[in-house]
This record gives sequence, C-alpha cells and structure tokens, in this order.
Amino acid sequence: MPALQQAFIYFAVAVVLVPLGSLLGLGSVLGYLIGGVLIGPAVLGLVKGGESIAHFAELGVVLMLFMIGLELDLRRLWGMRRQVFGGGTLQFVACGAAAALLLLAFGLTLQMAVVGGLALALSSTAIAVQTMNEQHLDKTPVGRTAFSILLFQDIAAIPLIALIPILGGAGGGHSEGGLGALKGLGAIVGIIAVGRYLTRPILRFIAKTGLREVFTAFSLLLVLGIAELMEMVELSMGLGAFLAGVLLASSEFRHALESDLQPFKGLLLGLFFISVGMTIDLGLIADEPVKVIGLTLAFLALKLGTLRLIAGRLGVSTSQRWLFAALIAQGGEFAFVVFKAAAEAFALPPGDTTLSLLTVVVALSMAMTPFILILHNRLFERHGKKASPEEAVEDEGASVIIAGFGRVGQIIGRFLFASGVKATVLDRDPDQIKLLEPFGYRVFYGDATRIDLLEAAGAARARLLIVAIDDPESSEMVVERVREHFPNLEIIARARNVGHYAALRRLGVKTVERETFEGSLVLGRKALEALGCPPFEARESADAFRRSNVRTVEDLLTHWDDPDDEFVALANQARRALEEQFEIDRKSLEKRGIKGWHFDPEE
Amino acid sequence: MSHTVVIYAHPYPDRSRANRVLFDAVKSLPNVDARPICDLYPDFAIDVEAEQAALLRADLIVWQHPIYWYTVPAMLKLWWEKVLTHGWAYGDGARVLSGKRCLWVTTTGGDASAYDEGGMHAHPFSVYEPVVRQTARFCHMHWLEPLIIHGAHRMNDEQRAAYATLYRERLGAR
Repeated sequence: MPALQQAFIYFAVAVVLVPLGSLLGLGSVLGYLIGGVLIGPAVLGLVKGGESIAHFAELGVVLMLFMIGLELDLRRLWGMRRQVFGGGTLQFVACGAAAALLLLAFGLTLQMAVVGGLALALSSTAIAVQTMNEQHLDKTPVGRTAFSILLFQDIAAIPLIALIPILGGAGGGHSEGGLGALKGLGAIVGIIAVGRYLTRPILRFIAKTGLREVFTAFSLLLVLGIAELMEMVELSMGLGAFLAGVLLASSEFRHALESDLQPFKGLLLGLFFISVGMTIDLGLIADEPVKVIGLTLAFLALKLGTLRLIAGRLGVSTSQRWLFAALIAQGGEFAFVVFKAAAEAFALPPGDTTLSLLTVVVALSMAMTPFILILHNRLFERHGKKASPEEAVEDEGASVIIAGFGRVGQIIGRFLFASGVKATVLDRDPDQIKLLEPFGYRVFYGDATRIDLLEAAGAARARLLIVAIDDPESSEMVVERVREHFPNLEIIARARNVGHYAALRRLGVKTVERETFEGSLVLGRKALEALGCPPFEARESADAFRRSNVRTVEDLLTHWDDPDDEFVALANQARRALEEQFEIDRKSLEKRGIKGWHFDPEE
Repeated sequence: MSHTVVIYAHPYPDRSRANRVLFDAVKSLPNVDARPICDLYPDFAIDVEAEQAALLRADLIVWQHPIYWYTVPAMLKLWWEKVLTHGWAYGDGARVLSGKRCLWVTTTGGDASAYDEGGMHAHPFSVYEPVVRQTARFCHMHWLEPLIIHGAHRMNDEQRAAYATLYRERLGAR
C-alpha cells in the first residue's frame, strides 16, 4: 500500500476520532484506540502490516520518555530512587503474584502463569502518562508515584524478557550472558558520555546558525540514534531515551527541545495507540465473549485491588489511592513483547489461543483505562472531595519570566535575583547563555516569539513576563502572542524608543519603560549640577520633566496615526507647554523674593 | 453629597498593624478619594497638580498616618511643603481651602500612658498636636476633633474593628 495513502488514513483517524473522544470526555487515548480497531484487520481492514507500523510507532513512546527525562534532572531522579526501586519492586511482585494466581486458576502451567503474571503486572507508560498529562496529574504527588512505578517497570521488563527463554526451556539459549550485559553497560556509558559532553556543544553550534529545522532535525536524530543503539544491545529504547533526556534536563536547550519534539511525540504516540487498537482481535472476542471479557474484568479488578492495597505503602495519600490504582491498572505494551517471546519459547501446541487471548485482554484493559477513570471520578468526586494542599500541583517553574537577557534583561535579572526573586530567562543568543550559566541562572536558549517555548518556560503559571528584547519587531510579536494565549499574564516591557513605546502601549501593555530614558534623565541632572544647580533641585526638575514627558507621550498615543506634520505640531505644542511650566515656576519663586536657580546662558 | 479626600502616608503599608485596617475600612467608600501617597509617589516625586486638584474637589480633607518621631512621616511633611504652596493654599490672599474641614487620623505605637509626664515620651500627646492643627488652620481649613489612636502595637482584632467603625462614622458613612 502506498505510504501516502497509509499516512492519509492515520491522519484522518487522528483528525476525526480524537477530537470526538475528547469532546465526549473520553480522552484522546480512547479516540486513537477506537480508530485503530476501526481501520485494523478486524473491521475495515484498511491497513495491513500492523506489526511494522507498531514498531515504527514505538518511537512515540521513546520520544515521550525522552521528554519525561527532560523534565527530571539528575538530582530529582536521585531523589526518587527509593520510590522507583523500593516501590517499583513491591508493585511488580505484588501485582505479578496476584495475576499469576489468576492465570493458575485459569488453567495455565506454573511457568506460564509466572511469566504471564509478571507481564500483566506491567502497566502502559504511554496510556498512563498521556492520561496524567491530560488530567494535569503529572506534577502532583500521586502522578510522581505512578511515574516512579512505570519507570521501574521499564527497567524490570528487560530481565523479564531475557528470562523467558530460560523459563520456557524450548528454543532458548541464544542469550549471550556476560557479553550481552557488557554490551548493555557500554551502551549506557556511551549515552551518558554523548549526552553529557557532546550534545550540548553541538546544540550550541546548531543554535548559533539560527536554522531552526536543523535544530529540530538534530533533536530527532539524537533520540533516534539512542533508540537504535539501545535496540542493538537489546535494551529498552525508552529507557535509553529517558536517560538521555535526564542528562539534558539541566541544559539551556531543554525548553527548545521540548517544544520542537512535542508535535512529533504527539503524532507518533497517537500512531502507537492506533497500532494497539489494531491488535485487538475482535474475532477472538466474538468467538469467546464470556472468556475474554470475564478474564479482562477479573484481571482489572484484581490489579486495581492489589494496587489499592499497596498504595499506602507507596506513600500515596488516602484520598488518592483509588486514583493511583485506576491510573496504572491496565496492562502494558511490554506485555505484547513478552507474549511474543513466550510464544516462541514455550513451544505451545498449534491452535493454542492462550497467548493471543492474553494479548487481547491486555489491549482491552488499556482501552478500559479512560472508562475506569471516568467511573472513579463519578464515584469519588460526587462527595465534593477537594484535593488537600499536599496534593496541590507542585509549581516548579519560576513566577517571573525574562525574555531577552542582553544589557537590559541582565540588570533586571540581577536585581530580582538579589531581591530573592527567581526568574526563568529566555535568550536566543547561545553565546550569551554560555556566558551566564556559571552564575547559576536558569537560562534557556530559544526565541521568545514562539508561544510553545513560552509555554514550556511556564508562561501559563507565571505571574509576570518581562519583555526585555531589544529588537522592537520581535518584542511586539512576543507581546501580541502572549496577550492572545496568556491574557492573564502581566507584562512589563522595555521599549527601544518612543515609537516602540507607543506600539507596546497600544498592544495593551500597562508598564513600558524606554531603555534610554531614565539614564538620560540622570545624565541631565548631572549636567545641571555641573552648571551649578543644587542636586535636590536638579532632581525635582528631572521629576517634573519626566512627568510632563510621559504625559505628552501618553496623550500622543491617541494621535499616533495622524499625518506626520500634525503629529509633530502636537509634539511641539507639548514641548512648549513644559517650557512654559518651568517659566511659571521660576517666576512664582522670584515674585516671592526667592532666587530660584536658573541657567543663564549669558553668564 | 460631601466629598472626602484621604491623604494616607505609610511607607510600609504591609507592616502596618492599625493603619492598614483603618485605611481599608474607608478607601472604597463612595465619595472617598483615597490617596496612599507613599504608593503613588515612591520616589517622592509628588504630582502637585494632581494633589491640588484632589483637594479642590473635597469638602473633607483627612490626613492619616502613624506618628514618626512625634510628627508626620517625611512623606506627608514633603506633601505639605510641595502641595500647600504659597499663593495657592496660603499667602497673597489665597483661600482655595477655606472652609474645607480637616480631620487628623493618627496612631501611636505606645499606649496613652507613654505620653504622661513620667512616661517614656515625657510630654502629653497634646504637645505634639499644634503643628498639625496650625498647618490646617494656616490654610484656612476648619479643624475637626482629631481621631488619635494609642497602643496600635498591642491592639487586638476587635479593637481594630471598633476603631475602623468609628473612622467610617467620622467620614459620614453608616
């Protein structure tokens, strides 16, 4: 089938069914899954070769893990180590044992039950994380705990898959043992070295060229390269990508990488869900509906119950335990791989449907996730339960964003920093960023006119945006877009000159400061002082001048579109008014016999 | 309907224990022009024109502030110097403020006994009043019985609320 036609079908599914799913409150995941069922071999049979598509679509999961890694720097990951390994082991063993018992009762052999049970203990990172993102749970404690568990499963899946040939006893023995482990270790060391020492200089170099698509291309190349490498040494692609993400999390390119990869991640992840939908064998369900649906419900009930039981031990607060269980109760995509490997290893008699049955159960459980969550919300939110303060979203972004970190932005940033205010800084000059990094600023590379980058920098949560960009055109573009996308974000802006000032004010920015105005006024005061004016009086003159000037400029805003000569006339009129005011002040002093200071050019 | 202007001088409004409650109690009343001058002019660059226009509109002029060193805070003192100018508020037959009423609302940290003969301030509080009163009178304003609140440092919420009510009543609000 022509690639173009396939792509057309996928995009059509995405465009038609996903908004429909969201509109019905089912979330995007279910939309994709249903789309997959529809176009798959079971219903319309529009697309063939689902397996190769599934493999390609796994890149969506890989990209997602890379981006999760970008959100977690090494320090935070280290802080999660107990939750990942302690909590992860508990979940894996407890859910694995429960599922194995279910399978034993279902009539499987002990070995098969153990392998199948452990595979069913794994959850779907893609579905759980996507759901958490959609419900804004990703940064809550319960979201963090769920993610720790998912991370451990990613690690645990590797030995599990390696173990199957040994347990199966048939067709095994292609394990390379020590050599394989050594290769894996080498690959991880390679990723760390590349991520830590090579990537940043390359990104900096590419950023300097200003070619945005090359930057995007490199981001993709990086993730694809890691995935390829990990597959070569038979490790989890996602895990490698996650590791690379973590290594780049503290880099200035984090936000740029995030916003560049976001659309690819979204689409590929969608493709992944579609491919899962395609594996749902409706024929099998139709043949043995009671068996399939019964097993699926039993599995979900058992896993939900087990997760609910251990949630307390994992540090999930009482009110969130069912939510936690609902998020990761589904079977995971790794289970498909395990079942495939098991089919080879266990030498099952031909016509045995056990494994395809389990595959369908996992796929169905994945599709059930949105429904389980809807059910959960119905049951628990009716009591009007509000998230307790500890469940509130941890706001990790700074409350102030400074766009542009040149001469002006730096002074603002240093002053705020000294006053105990943390700011996130965006600048599009990689050299500038490199210069500032050693001083401990949170500086990110990127063009602030890109709304996705501002979003990544936390514009939705920030209290204030300081636009300190020197180029008027970019500055106005930032303001215009921010006003549109984040209407509640307060803006303070630097203006290059009066024209720029007027433009920003007319865009609705309340606080605008001309970059040369205050400095020039101070120099003017010093000039008066040098000519003999007492300093206090010089300051008062400057205050009066400032007030009159700002008022004039504000008045002129309404006449900005007037023809040039009329505009100039108004400006001149304002200047004469100021001179007159100074004259009146002087005369009133003189009248009272006080010799006010004034500059006499004849002197 | 009478119109009131409240000139409020507190350089650290966030740290205020009594003044903030008092000011909040009156600032949104109808016909009250509340002017927190320390917030309006943090650089001491008073907009004289605007201040004078505000005074002209009012029948009742309130000066509200904590006592600093036995008198008004520097900001209000500067406001007097800049706004109550010769030829406008006084002198040369200037009588623009003539007949307007003036209410002084002020707080002291220590209680009334601190201003006893033997107290830490050695003089009764009435000794410090004439400077403010005479400033108003020199501008031809009609001096009202001032609202002087002692012991602001040790006031509880109930007492603060009672003074706030009293203050609103003095501004003619029910």
